Amino acid sequence: MSPFFQELFEALNRGLVMSIALIIPSAVGGVLLGILTGCLRAFGDTFIRKACDTYAALFRGTPLVVQLFILYFGFPNIGIYLTPYAAAVTGFILCSGAYQSEYVRGALLSIKKNQYFAAQALGLSKFQSIFWIIIPQAMRKALPGCGNEIIYLIKYSSLAYIVTVMELTGEGKTLATEYFRFTEVFAVIGLYYLALVSLAILALKKLEKAVHIPGFGKG
Amino acid sequence: MTRNTPILRVENITKSFGGNPILKGVNLSLNKGEIKILVGPSGGGKSTFLQCMNCLISPDSGKFWLEEKPVDIFSKKELYRYRQQVGMIFQDFNLFDHLTAMDNVTLALRKVKKMDKKAASTRAMIELSQVGLDDKTKLYPAELSGGQKQRVAIARALAMDPKVLLLDEPTSALDPDLTGEVIDVIRNLAKKGMTMVMATHQISLIRTLADEILFMEAGTVVEQGSPKGLLVPGTRSQGFCDKLNSLSGEGI
Repeated sequence: MSPFFQELFEALNRGLVMSIALIIPSAVGGVLLGILTGCLRAFGDTFIRKACDTYAALFRGTPLVVQLFILYFGFPNIGIYLTPYAAAVTGFILCSGAYQSEYVRGALLSIKKNQYFAAQALGLSKFQSIFWIIIPQAMRKALPGCGNEIIYLIKYSSLAYIVTVMELTGEGKTLATEYFRFTEVFAVIGLYYLALVSLAILALKKLEKAVHIPGFGKG
Repeated sequence: MTRNTPILRVENITKSFGGNPILKGVNLSLNKGEIKILVGPSGGGKSTFLQCMNCLISPDSGKFWLEEKPVDIFSKKELYRYRQQVGMIFQDFNLFDHLTAMDNVTLALRKVKKMDKKAASTRAMIELSQVGLDDKTKLYPAELSGGQKQRVAIARALAMDPKVLLLDEPTSALDPDLTGEVIDVIRNLAKKGMTMVMATHQISLIRTLADEILFMEAGTVVEQGSPKGLLVPGTRSQGFCDKLNSLSGEGI
């Protein structure tokens, strides 16, 4: 292998590790935040619902780049200093959570009221009814949408490099600029993302199969 | 408890939806082992009344007594306790779609009655056998027939040891050839002395099970009495049953 490609793969593998370190906590955090805010938006009291709606509108309504800039470059002005990694993960979780909440909310509202009634009639509390009956059903319906959002997240994790996190895109761009070989570098970066996304699709399919129940979705 | 002490008593239940009065002050008092059957045209308030009786729909006004102790339906804790003791069977079964027949029965035993997994399964098995479904415990609702679903729903309600069972047209969503198996289960319950309030259009149930018939129309009970007293020519109830008869071709 030519020294250029050797150096390229070394850099990209280093970047890949960082990308994965960004993606996993962001995906998990985003899903959890999405479930929480999705539930509150569907079932919360008026005030809580409005507050969560505002959060979702704000983070779905502004570019992620702007959110990251504010977190990393703006927050020091109010005395909050985040490391580049922390700023990126925080931004990703907040943005992803806003989108996830929409998938979760839609799925929650699609569960027939009768399921809730049946739980109530057995003496389950409101929280128990939602937690044991509505959420398990809704999450199965939300899974394809939530998976889609995780796939988006894998790709928008590349924005971390603009707050100086040296992940896949950042490492690649540095090298591309140094050697002025943009086509090769970015083509390889593209393949790396494609591989990551393919893995995610595979894992999500597996998960869908694992939690499949007759009567939900196909089959 | 003597037979004359009401096990469940509700008074002056009213409910309006968007300014439309659906229930206009309905009373009901139920002794242990008694079976009262609500009949009447659709939209008469039977279903709303049953759902108000365990506050799935909260009534606009009304008082509740369980075994002569007043129930404060605005206290969540009291309401949840009350609902544990008043079982409900729905028209469209309402099994938990994501749980097997077994788990449908055990869920409330574990989460509400705080039984451990083994005790809950043992109890569920007893109830599922009672309704003849001991071989279907691992199936999901989507894999069961309508009649089987309703029998699981009955097992699920009975596992909670309710003092009263409310049944909202338990057979009306079933094909004619599936109603029989559900009716048999209900008859068995009656034989064992289960206290019940049931809305139904099933003539055979009305005639043979009812201690009292309540004919509901436009949100009030317009006629009330024993089948013998009420199912005589000239009453609204008889007129209604005649209509049901001519539809089903069933003799009365």
